[in-house]
Amino acid sequence: MISFVLRRALLVIPAFIGVTLLTFALVHLIPGDPVLMLAGERGISVERHAELMTQLGLDQPLWLQYATYLGNAIQGNLGKSIVTHRPVTEEFLTLFPATLELSFCAITFAILLGIPAGVLAAVKRGTILDHGVMVVSLTGYSMPIFWWGLLLIMLVSGILGWTPVSGRMDPTIWMDSVTGFMLIDSLLTKEPGAFSSAIRHLILPSLVVGTIPLAVIARMTRSAMLEVLGEDYVRTARAKGVSPLKVVMVHALRNALIPVITVIGLQTGVLLAGAILTETIFAWPGVGKWLVESIGRRDYPAVQGGILLIATVVILVNLLVDVLYGVVNPRIRYRR
Amino acid sequence: MALLEIENLTVEFGGGSNPFRAVEEVSYTLEKGEVLGIVGESGSGKSVSSLAVMGLVSFPGKVTASRMAFDGVDLQTLSPRQRRKLTGSDVAMIFQEPMTSLNPCFTVGYQITEALKIHQGGTRAERKARAVDLLGQVGIPDPASRLGTFPHQLSGGMSQRVMIAMAIACDPRLLVADEPTTALDVTIQAQIMDLLLTLQRERGMAMLLITHDLAVVAEAAHRVVVMYAGQVVESGSVPAIFDHPRHPYTKALLAALPERAIGAERLNTIPGVVPGAHDRPKGCLLAPRCPHVQDRCRTERPPLEDGPDQSRVRCFYPLDPDGVPTA
Ligand SMILES: Nc1ncnc2c1ncn2[C@@H]1O[C@H](COP(=O)(O)OP(=O)(O)OP(=O)(O)O)[C@@H](O)[C@H]1O
Ligand SMILES: [Mg+2]
Repeated sequence: MISFVLRRALLVIPAFIGVTLLTFALVHLIPGDPVLMLAGERGISVERHAELMTQLGLDQPLWLQYATYLGNAIQGNLGKSIVTHRPVTEEFLTLFPATLELSFCAITFAILLGIPAGVLAAVKRGTILDHGVMVVSLTGYSMPIFWWGLLLIMLVSGILGWTPVSGRMDPTIWMDSVTGFMLIDSLLTKEPGAFSSAIRHLILPSLVVGTIPLAVIARMTRSAMLEVLGEDYVRTARAKGVSPLKVVMVHALRNALIPVITVIGLQTGVLLAGAILTETIFAWPGVGKWLVESIGRRDYPAVQGGILLIATVVILVNLLVDVLYGVVNPRIRYRR
Repeated sequence: MALLEIENLTVEFGGGSNPFRAVEEVSYTLEKGEVLGIVGESGSGKSVSSLAVMGLVSFPGKVTASRMAFDGVDLQTLSPRQRRKLTGSDVAMIFQEPMTSLNPCFTVGYQITEALKIHQGGTRAERKARAVDLLGQVGIPDPASRLGTFPHQLSGGMSQRVMIAMAIACDPRLLVADEPTTALDVTIQAQIMDLLLTLQRERGMAMLLITHDLAVVAEAAHRVVVMYAGQVVESGSVPAIFDHPRHPYTKALLAALPERAIGAERLNTIPGVVPGAHDRPKGCLLAPRCPHVQDRCRTERPPLEDGPDQSRVRCFYPLDPDGVPTA
């Protein structure tokens, strides 16, 4: 098992290098002179321009620039934001818990609803229930996130008034940020109603971010279950006198989870992409909203660093999923 | 009283006006401690009929019977829950494909103790000790260390031994073995067959031995049921049927045995194929392939008629001891 984890971990290195190449190219492929961009409309003298080029290392050959960039990136140094002049990594890390909390709640919601829905659809295949689950999940999958988010805000927050419109916490509640995770911080504080406020703020954005993963997980679970339910070992379990519920939830689901886990891993990318839009709609102070704002401000170091960090998170989550895959599937674990 | 009584068992697939009868009016009985062979070509309904006996035919399949009783208990009136109490304990089954019949995600130990947990309870340690004991009984070396292995680490023969251990875990009185050796190496086949027969004798367990190999039946079974296209065409004691087959199909099957073909230039085969879902003849199902076919055979279905010594045959003109059709 340890060698299995190590082998998977080694694969992270080329993926990381690939991402740095992409983010590096991103800035260097953007047309226009970065120094002129910095200077803005005021203009700049030729001497000052050359000075800045040297200062930013932009007069060096491209490969050397990349090597410097990669070396810095590995040490966690992604430059400073042009706007706030704070290190990009630091800005990212203060905002990341908000995104992580949202993504975690969204994927939990998607898994807790998607797997049972898929199992139910497979067991009751061909019935109205099955068709219902499939139609709803197809609709969810095709829903534009932006539109879906606004619709929910209008309906649930606006007309029904059930949940707050935006943010992470009621502005009347003041509390310290200990972990950056509202659900935890609100439990640590003595402020009354903080936890329920944190939850109420999380519901709608989680639902919006989780909709596409939910649809994908439900469909994948259904098709994996349909395949597994026809397997010989399911018949063997029934021949032992195992109850129908246990045949489905233990013998079949355990096998069906193998492809489902892969899909869940692939959804983390989708999840963070969804978070970028959703955070903007819900004014959620996470890295997604920050990234969109940085793009608007042409804060290239922030954009470059933000994308690299988000991509790194996706790579690490996929590593975690690979390891989990080995835990669930003994055939992988033992292969040399 | 017979241990297992099956009368007019029919299994249909596909609804509508024209369902496909995979099993049609199958009847047989099985005494305590007896080995009953069921033989027939591929597609003759051997597996489906035995799955019906186990209560394992699932949704699109529809099972009907005028009587299906185990040890005098009518299986058709039992609730699903009561029925499950029998399956896996008093009645157990092993399958044709041992490699795919074990769940790849669970250890051998888990899969054996599961049956014990359902039907006998006991403590974890007791179940584990019993599992080790069972693995030893089916001839797996160093059984204690095998509990933690996963099915993909086992060979076909080993998998089938584990399946057998699982099946006999709760001391069944009836073991249904559906072609237990077909998927195995020839050298392993004999070992597994020996193991099954030894266990059967030691435990006085009745066995429904499904096979398409008449040689196995001759060696292992007391009585035999010959199936063709979902029907029983002949049944009786092994010596009687092997000496004097009364149904033309049984005779043809026997003639196809390699050891009966000594002197012949090539193996005897039965020309034609088993009728499928859409080309079932109106009369006797064998009529298109039967060498002795008469006009009546093409228009009327022969019934399964009782003969001497609990034998039965489904033929208007059964063969006499000289192999000549009677009038
Ligand atoms: N679930 C099912 N749905 C529809 N038809 C089925 C189903 N299961 C079996 N059949 C049909 O029933 C017939 C009998 O099948 P069965 O598996 O009992 O044959 P068999 O005698 O066991 O053959 P073999 O020697 O190949 O195992 C076949 O024509 C098969 O196609
Ligand atoms: Mg079969």
